[in-house]
Amino acid sequence: MNELLEKLSRARGVAGHEGEVRAILREALAPYVEALTVDSIGNLIVRKGGSGDRGQQRVMLAAHMDEVGGMVMRANADGTVKFRSVGGLDPRILPGKRVRIGAQSVPGVIMRAPHAARSGKRVAPISDLLIDTGGAGGILPGDMITFESEYEEYGRLLKGKAFDDRVGCYVLAELMKGDYECELVGVFTVQEEIGLRGAGVAAYAVEPDVAVALEGTVADDLPKQHDVSPTTGLGKGPSISVMDRSAHADRRLVRILTETATAHDIPWQFKQPGVGGTDVGTIHLAREGVPAVAVAVPCRYIHTPAALMDPADVKNAIELMSRALSGPLGRPLEAERSEA
Amino acid sequence: MRALIEELCGVFGPSGQEERIREVISGQLDGLVDEMRTDRLGNLIGVKRPTVSSEGGKRIMLAAHMDEIGVMVTHVDAQGFCRFTTIGGVLMNSLIGSRVHFANGVEGAFGMEGSPLARERPTPQKLFLDVGADSKEDAQVQVGDTAVFRSSFGEVGDRLFAANLDDRIGCAVLIQTLRELESSPHEILAVFTVQEEVGVRGATTAGYGLEPEIILAIDVTATGDFPQATPMEVALGKGAAIKVMDRRMIAHPKVRGWLEDTAQAFDIPYQLEVLEFGSTDAAAVQVSRAGVPAGTVSIPCRYVHSPSQVADYNDALGAVRLLVNALSGEYPS
Repeated sequence: MNELLEKLSRARGVAGHEGEVRAILREALAPYVEALTVDSIGNLIVRKGGSGDRGQQRVMLAAHMDEVGGMVMRANADGTVKFRSVGGLDPRILPGKRVRIGAQSVPGVIMRAPHAARSGKRVAPISDLLIDTGGAGGILPGDMITFESEYEEYGRLLKGKAFDDRVGCYVLAELMKGDYECELVGVFTVQEEIGLRGAGVAAYAVEPDVAVALEGTVADDLPKQHDVSPTTGLGKGPSISVMDRSAHADRRLVRILTETATAHDIPWQFKQPGVGGTDVGTIHLAREGVPAVAVAVPCRYIHTPAALMDPADVKNAIELMSRALSGPLGRPLEAERSEA
Repeated sequence: MRALIEELCGVFGPSGQEERIREVISGQLDGLVDEMRTDRLGNLIGVKRPTVSSEGGKRIMLAAHMDEIGVMVTHVDAQGFCRFTTIGGVLMNSLIGSRVHFANGVEGAFGMEGSPLARERPTPQKLFLDVGADSKEDAQVQVGDTAVFRSSFGEVGDRLFAANLDDRIGCAVLIQTLRELESSPHEILAVFTVQEEVGVRGATTAGYGLEPEIILAIDVTATGDFPQATPMEVALGKGAAIKVMDRRMIAHPKVRGWLEDTAQAFDIPYQLEVLEFGSTDAAAVQVSRAGVPAGTVSIPCRYVHSPSQVADYNDALGAVRLLVNALSGEYPS
């Protein structure tokens, strides 16, 4: 679909190892922004349109650079590697998956440890899994582990790894190319998958008036036995969060986004309330509080090597955010009143 | 204050949607405080400046949370039944048989898949809300809409029954304290917080913004005075409770001592509270910025987080007396 999105999906970067992703974004955005800094924890902060006028609305957009993966605990003498997860991995999908290890990108494959293979448990916990590298050397404790996966087209869909949250990084990068009346601060955050750590310190430093987290989120829209809620569905437009485990969205921002989408005929959906969490969780609690909301591109099989997403949803996420930034999202919020 | 408690208990206000309860409380604060504002997360802040100048005067934040637990619609099925998620610590066992109200007046009743004689424990996956609709199109609620537990406000002697005494009774105690406080050396920051039930979020940002020197939360606490209750010394009708510790906070010994000394000096009955589950807004403010000495005045309440909570009016009156007398005097040096 796009060279930048492909590059971002291919780039390797679990929490604490976001350097490669950051370098790609730095290079891509340098021509379009007025300031570009990296803070002490590793967040990439890009700024645009700040006239210094404090009457101007300061909008922070956040997308996290890290992806789920693993970390080497020990390289065994027999050529296997013991590892743990960094971020939420589902142990059911791990055996047989190909991975890359460390800065040298050493290939390996995940397997059940021999003792676990006899345990009779249908699903081995990560502690019972090992990576077979064929005895490759140079692997050290602390090396990051990422899934190996091609970025490619599956029918009308895109398939790749790390769409959570490289698609958010891509959407944010595209938005930074536009011009808006508000002061726009884009933050590419670190360490989201292990506790929203980068976003909290960034929001403290940026002191935004409002914030929007741009995400890739769970789509589980395949047929179910019961008529119950899918988290989101592919092709139904960007999702807007009302509430998840990390935060309640500011209702005014939810209204701005849904009304903007409706006014411009952009499809949108609510994300199923109550599940997941985003950088909004720490951003909204920074200093005296920041009204915030999350907008996400639905991805099937998120947190696996083969996430699927619909390029139309990506396009519509950019369109929605761009319209909102040029409109009410770029202006001061009105006081919240009851609708009764 | 009795009428005030009843009035506050009747106002809609799940975590994240405190607009209506904030409007009602701000109406009550009119004339009681020197300044009033709503902060960026929705906390209502009333500032009452000191009436006498004294070295023992402090900036004291008093926090009572406006929000209440509830449910949020996650899906409306073809028949018009709603799936939902919980807002705050909703007790699954208390759902069947209880009623919820939506902001637009729609009522909801809980149903569970399967036979009514089944002995399964209710789980969120099995439960659904009946909102009086026959189809998705007919339903007057949509995904993201919230509802709160409601049962009619009841009184038996001094025992009060309501679905949300947690923490509307605390809000009433704080308002009544402001009404009765004639003179004080302290700058009082009366904060009616948002989103306490989902992780003391409003207090976190209000505590940062206000930089108080002391934080006192006013909230309900559990009791150990019913059959087979978790052992706990607190009982209804024996006075306001002064918190020693809960899951997230150990009260500052000096703050606790100040409250205890006041109670003893003015012959106000009180109980010491050690709560083994839950916490209050004070826990969030205690660790704000460089730290804030923290304490909590609690109103004992049975069946907290169920749709039928029971408290004793005299304990609420005692909490007001304790606060008014403590705030009228100096903070111990």
